[in-house]
Amino acid sequence: MATIRYDGRDLPVAPGESVLDCLLRNEIQVSHSCKAGACQSCLIRCTSGNVPASAQFGLKDTLRARGYFLACSLKPEGDIAVATANNVRVEARITGLDRLSRSVMRVRLQTTEPIEYFAGQFVSVFREDGLARSYSLASLPAEGDLELHVRHIPNGAMSGWLHAEAQLHTSLWLQGPSGSCFYTPGSTDQPILLAGAGTGLAPLYGIARDALYQGHKAPVWLFHGAVTPEGLYLTRELSALEHEFPNFHYVRCVLRDSDTPEVEVNELDKSILGKFKSLAGWRGYVCGDPALVNLLRKKLFLAGMASKAIFADAFVPSASV
Amino acid sequence: MSTATQTELPLFEKLGGAAAVDAAVDIFYRKVLTDDRISDFFDGVDMDRQAAKQKAFLTMAFGGPNNYTGADMRRAHAHLVARGLNDSHFDAVVENLGSTLKELGVSDDLIGQVAAIAESTRADVLSR
Repeated sequence: MATIRYDGRDLPVAPGESVLDCLLRNEIQVSHSCKAGACQSCLIRCTSGNVPASAQFGLKDTLRARGYFLACSLKPEGDIAVATANNVRVEARITGLDRLSRSVMRVRLQTTEPIEYFAGQFVSVFREDGLARSYSLASLPAEGDLELHVRHIPNGAMSGWLHAEAQLHTSLWLQGPSGSCFYTPGSTDQPILLAGAGTGLAPLYGIARDALYQGHKAPVWLFHGAVTPEGLYLTRELSALEHEFPNFHYVRCVLRDSDTPEVEVNELDKSILGKFKSLAGWRGYVCGDPALVNLLRKKLFLAGMASKAIFADAFVPSASV
Repeated sequence: MSTATQTELPLFEKLGGAAAVDAAVDIFYRKVLTDDRISDFFDGVDMDRQAAKQKAFLTMAFGGPNNYTGADMRRAHAHLVARGLNDSHFDAVVENLGSTLKELGVSDDLIGQVAAIAESTRADVLSR
């Protein structure tokens, strides 16, 4: 008889029973709705064992890559281990604090044990006193240190501390990674569009470099927006990347005060749709402020991008500042 | 395959099953989002979650496997009824559903069967 390992328990699966039904029978809370593989409410992650393609039908590539499947659609034939959340924390030390713009600090971290992640995912960062915030990973796993872009938020507890008080070598704790906004190899002839404002650039910077270094062949367009040119950052690095990779294109948009032809005065969505009539067949990544993320993904979708090919990460502000 | 077997196939299989739902969902959702009669109801919703709901709806309307009850339908749409959801909006959705299937080359007969299933949820969706 097959068993499901969940949270340290081995649960025997009844004949013909799905992973979802088995967990529910054992009084484990799993969100679910249609029980027919359509609504995707019962998404769960496999940490060991085999998941047939039929249990991942209709899921985004980034979810498949991380072992996610629909608990209602898998009747296990062999043993399988599943997890609903990742609660493991890893210690990390601050190895770099440098200013990328007046309001954005690059924080580099070295973990005491390696963590597996994809560029563009996010981690929750815990200070010693328990204060926690989530930040996206701009670094690539091969680079060693993790890189976060922290925008100074007025009266922000974590960002204020990281900008003004935190010292090198200070210990922090990381939980995660989480998020499904990252590059998956394959389809190297599929054009990629990345768009975001402010520190939405952090995950996009990671994802763009990940795609290029993994040999993505088709054009990769990165649109970075800010209110004024002061809010743009990593401009030198991104321009250098344009020289290194002929298929990489970097567009800067501001709402006002541009004094150079390299910086467009335009809204992000208008800049994008002004350049491409149809985005059918493209893959898109949108990150940053939730209102902008929602607007962009709707516009990209209506311009023909498949809903399954749009990966979004909305930065939800902390309610406690 | 004999014609007798073909006519006995359930509607969901005739339409092409889960793959047909997958093919229809983006076309249908784009129509709904750009239809001025109903697009306001979709303002500010999470697109990923909404696309999954559209899939669940299409699966049901295609006669596919689902466990939705009338009570589920009422609960899911109550907040929209409070915002003024009425017959004209319901009709618009059914119309978009039909034109989606037409675009995918589905026969009028099968479109009629899908519309009838959608129609059977009207009272619950509109909390009557």
